Amino acid sequence: MEKNKLQMVPTRDGFGRGVVELGKTDERVVVLSADLTDSTRAGWFKKELPERFFAFGVSEQDMFGVASGFALAGKIPYACTFGVFATGRVWDQIRVSIAYMNLNVKIIGTHGGISVGEDGATHQALEEITLMRVLPNMTVIVPADAVEAKKATIEAAKHNGPVYIRLGRSEVPVITKESDRFEIGKANVLKEGNDLAIFACGMMVYYALEASEILSKEGIKARVINLHTPKPIDADTVKKAAIETKAIVTVEEHTLSGGFGSAISEIVSQNCPVPMKMIGINDRFGESGSQEELLKKFNLETKDIVKAAKEVLKVKK
Amino acid sequence: MENKKPDIKELKEKAIEIRKDILTMLNAAGSGHTGGSLSMVEILITLYGYAMRHNPKKPDWPDRDKLILSKGHGCPALYTVLAHYGYFPKEELMTLRKLGSRLQGHPQRGLPGIETASGSLGQGLSISNGLALAARLDKRNTRIYCIMGDGELNEGQIWEAVMTASQYKLDNICGIVDHNKYCIDGLLKDIKCMDPLPEKWSSFGWNTIDIDGHSFKDLMSAFDKAKTLKGKPTVIIAHTIKGKGISFIECQNRWHGTTPKKDELERALKELDEERRKI
Repeated sequence: MEKNKLQMVPTRDGFGRGVVELGKTDERVVVLSADLTDSTRAGWFKKELPERFFAFGVSEQDMFGVASGFALAGKIPYACTFGVFATGRVWDQIRVSIAYMNLNVKIIGTHGGISVGEDGATHQALEEITLMRVLPNMTVIVPADAVEAKKATIEAAKHNGPVYIRLGRSEVPVITKESDRFEIGKANVLKEGNDLAIFACGMMVYYALEASEILSKEGIKARVINLHTPKPIDADTVKKAAIETKAIVTVEEHTLSGGFGSAISEIVSQNCPVPMKMIGINDRFGESGSQEELLKKFNLETKDIVKAAKEVLKVKK
Repeated sequence: MENKKPDIKELKEKAIEIRKDILTMLNAAGSGHTGGSLSMVEILITLYGYAMRHNPKKPDWPDRDKLILSKGHGCPALYTVLAHYGYFPKEELMTLRKLGSRLQGHPQRGLPGIETASGSLGQGLSISNGLALAARLDKRNTRIYCIMGDGELNEGQIWEAVMTASQYKLDNICGIVDHNKYCIDGLLKDIKCMDPLPEKWSSFGWNTIDIDGHSFKDLMSAFDKAKTLKGKPTVIIAHTIKGKGISFIECQNRWHGTTPKKDELERALKELDEERRKI
């Protein structure tokens, strides 16, 4: 797996392709946008199916309320904006007008995590997994690449209830294939191994695979799991990994407070406690910088995963 | 366009009955919002008894007109009106706010006639926009009514929604402001003044109709007129009295979120019975 040989595509492009394909076959699909139409790729739907595209200008609260109304009327709205605005800015609207009624609204949060780099802390959504997974009825998906993002977009329409899809701005390597299985709530084991398990989501799945190759050269066999659905979590796959490998590393480009690693540790600690290391952003806001610089600054690089793996193996029983 | 107008005397008698039931259920619940429920009784009766196309036996009929109660705390009035128009048995009113009841402290779907959850203020007009846009897409001739509190108009989301409705020329939306002049903390004009209210709405691109919100005659003609106005959404500014109908509750803002005790309930019911004799 060499990065320079992999195709590089932003996950938001996968959404754009998926929602157009979906819209052409399902008339219930409508796309809502709050001024970031080209950035979120909602514009691709607007171009193909303008009669079912609705713009709201810079007013996210109203857009999510409108999404609720569309869903009450039997439509499947995809409401699109940046991750920061699709979660924190409208959390109460999502809570009361969408999640409480278990409405069929699909929330598209692009420019998630540090992928928005230079825009800095206000635009770097580091909290979406936490904010969304605490809401009853909500499903949270973090696709690993554009191919998976397209599948998640299409599968979300088949799932009855609210779904949050976390997407990125930057180009990331395509590591999954069209033919790979994608089922909401079912993790994919990308690499077998019994020395430890590395759980990752989103663009960090690539780095987890890279880390496993380095570990493999040192004789350490890591199981790499793409847990693309932090909620509902695939508890069976988590428990199986804990029991069989007895050591776990979790990797997210997201706050460690209540996020992806926390969701896994809630399962592990209560069912089959084993040593864990959680890689993520430790209780701080982001800052301006390139994605690569930020990965380094926040200790989210491949070498950090390798280091965490070795540390967890030291305390493994 | 105009429905057959019901007899005003009968509507007034119904308002008395509904106010009695609201106060009785609030007494049984021991908590809830009295003032803002009593202020919108005539508005709700005119909607369900005259303006709206609806069928209590088919609450999910796709072509029905829909009422969104954005000021969700006023739900005791809505529950009572729905029960009176046959959506569910009146006995169920006495389960308000009790464990396991379909009559939650603030509305949630599951009770026939309740279109949406509400209670966190400012959200209902946006939901109405979505319903109205979906109806247009489906070429359904349904109207969406949205009752908002005047204090609720302090919420920024309302004005986002106001702009969306005028941008999309949603003439299938009729907003109603229950303009009872108070929020919990006191008089709106002392806290966050919304005057001049009709001018605010009209400058945002809405038709406005300013009426006495306790006059069935005014309400019926306002709803009739709203149906004929095309190309813009319409808002009815209904001037009301918080706690309307009971002398010791009217405009006494401590009644925003308190409920009548046994002796207060008896006095209130007696007043309403006297009022009925004058009709």
